[in-house]
Amino acid sequence: MLMRNQKFSRILTVALLAISVTMPAAQADDDEHDEKYGGRYGEKYSGENRGKPLRPAQTNAKFQQECSSCHIAYSPGLLPAESWRKMMAGLGKHFGSDASLTDQENKEITTFLVNNASNRWSASTAPLRISETVWFKRKHDSHEISPAVWKNPQVKSPANCAACHPRAERGDYNERDIRIPR
Amino acid sequence: MFRIFHLGVAFLAVAGLSAQPAFAETPSEILAAIQKEAAGTPGLQEFSAARGESFFKAKHANEWSCASCHTDNPAAQGKHAKTGKVIQPLAPSANAERFTDPGKAAKWFKRNCNDVLDRVCTPQEKGDMLAYLLAVRK
Repeated sequence: MLMRNQKFSRILTVALLAISVTMPAAQADDDEHDEKYGGRYGEKYSGENRGKPLRPAQTNAKFQQECSSCHIAYSPGLLPAESWRKMMAGLGKHFGSDASLTDQENKEITTFLVNNASNRWSASTAPLRISETVWFKRKHDSHEISPAVWKNPQVKSPANCAACHPRAERGDYNERDIRIPR
Repeated sequence: MFRIFHLGVAFLAVAGLSAQPAFAETPSEILAAIQKEAAGTPGLQEFSAARGESFFKAKHANEWSCASCHTDNPAAQGKHAKTGKVIQPLAPSANAERFTDPGKAAKWFKRNCNDVLDRVCTPQEKGDMLAYLLAVRK
């Protein structure tokens, strides 16, 4: 009986070890990990969290065409609905440039952005710059990205997602695909 | 019932028409439209490619010139001065799509003139510009 118990506990230990080793691999998507355990540490990113998915299954041709003339078409899920409303209401001076649209184009694109905005944003804030959101800053702080990276002319600006995220245009920011230029 | 159906069809037809992009035109047709817009302006001069070229390369009210993004050669690929995004050539000789959609041309004249001059461009300026862009060879 005693022998049997010892054997059982040995098997149990091995099994538990195996589970703890395989767990991190199963959580390659850290979003899922955060969703599961995030609650324990209070509200994620102070409520300034990007949506999931970042890009809806169906995109919008007008959005794709108009919003990618001067920069990549940033996925709607990167900001909350209120940010997009403000952004689209101020295109006459869009970060210093005139990006105005016809009323009809503006309406169609605003609807698309608002309908697909971040579904995990609970804060009352509505920043215009994606790089000013708490999740962005946390993911790109000096522990994650060395300050030298931002100075690289190939990166140039935090607005240049595609410098390190090759599939940013498609709303894919998977950590495994990150290529930081040297 | 039948009437409502007809109204619906008529509405859809109209909505469909207005959603269509403007009919493709040629750059010379767009130039002719600018000519028409310019007609009667006091002091109007014949459109000049040379004047268009110096306008393109010069700075005006703001920090950017046209060449800041489109480079000094409108037949070459450009790069957005702020974001670095690639801009396809502006000269029709190098990019057949340019100046074939009057709505698009008007939209970008408005935006770029505001960015470079802090105002809209006069028909004279637009005409000189297009005359220059049409004269640029690949």
